[in-house]
Amino acid sequence: MRRAECIAMLYPEVADTPVVTIMGACAQELYDLGHRDNFFYLQHAMGLASSIGLGLALHWPDQRVVVLDGDGSVLMNLGTLATLARYRPRNLVHIVFDNGSLLSTGGFDSHTTSGITDLAGMARSAGIEQVASVDTVMDFGEAVIAAFARQDLSVIVAKVAAIGPNHYGMDLHLPENAYRFGRWIEARRRVGSAANPGKELR
Amino acid sequence: MTVSYDNSKVIFQGIKDAGITSVSALPETWLGLLLQRIDADPDLTLIQVAKEEEAIGIAAGAHFAGVPHLLLMQNHGFLAAINGIVSLAQLYGLPLCMLIALRGHWGEPYSWHTRGGIVTEPVLRALGIPFEYARDPATVGRQIREAWTFSQSSRSPVALLLTRDLMED
Repeated sequence: MRRAECIAMLYPEVADTPVVTIMGACAQELYDLGHRDNFFYLQHAMGLASSIGLGLALHWPDQRVVVLDGDGSVLMNLGTLATLARYRPRNLVHIVFDNGSLLSTGGFDSHTTSGITDLAGMARSAGIEQVASVDTVMDFGEAVIAAFARQDLSVIVAKVAAIGPNHYGMDLHLPENAYRFGRWIEARRRVGSAANPGKELR
Repeated sequence: MTVSYDNSKVIFQGIKDAGITSVSALPETWLGLLLQRIDADPDLTLIQVAKEEEAIGIAAGAHFAGVPHLLLMQNHGFLAAINGIVSLAQLYGLPLCMLIALRGHWGEPYSWHTRGGIVTEPVLRALGIPFEYARDPATVGRQIREAWTFSQSSRSPVALLLTRDLMED
């Protein structure tokens, strides 16, 4: 299964959902489908995509938040699994694309390549209840539908091939992305409180 | 030497008076009484992290959500958070309002804190992070408000160093 296929399947579902993604191939594959102001590409500070997602989700509980993460990034900020479990934001969907590789920096094997380290198992043991492990596009799609339908913190570990795009580049400066993401949220929160007084999870 | 109960209360009030509604923290001895107050307050959200660098990401999320947020940590925690400070907050131009307990500095009896204490100020200067010292309960409330204001106007990390004078009896 390829990460790009998974992101393409996810794309229509996040037209109006804030998405925080890790750097490199994952960011590029999302961007290439069509940038939207509700996408924030964390091009550095490896490991912190899930923390940003947690912060956003906790402070905006009526809005579903999606994080696109990687095995290398999760391994770099392992404590995040325990922090996520402790605060259990019911509106957060945390997708970990596990390609067993630090692809964007040369394709070295990561700790998950051999199958010795099980990130889904670590997430469960950290105390996260809704953890799915998928390796086909069908199963990925079903896991996403289930995660979006439920009102609970969901982690989806998707085993994908160590394949990435053949180009890197965005017509988007980093502070520009931050400004526009923040403004999108601001506008959405204004509309949200007016249009959704019942405060359903969107 | 005990942690100052009265000054912890003053700092707590200063945080509230500054309009902060959310705090991320990794507990340490000097911050203990303050964190208990924050945790007990129904109008404040406390998010405890496993490593201080997580708090940089959480603070970014709070900033994007438009919620006034403050970070509480020890100076060694600040050292643990540096990459997040540089390549998330500074790289993207995001504010961070940090209250940092300055251990291992003047008057420190425990050797284990001292290397971190000695490098804290040079590291803050190296990163270009403006900082001030909180020494006096009479002024710390204003300093917290001013740290918050400055972090927002500069879209930058800003640090208020909580000193031994303030934090210990």
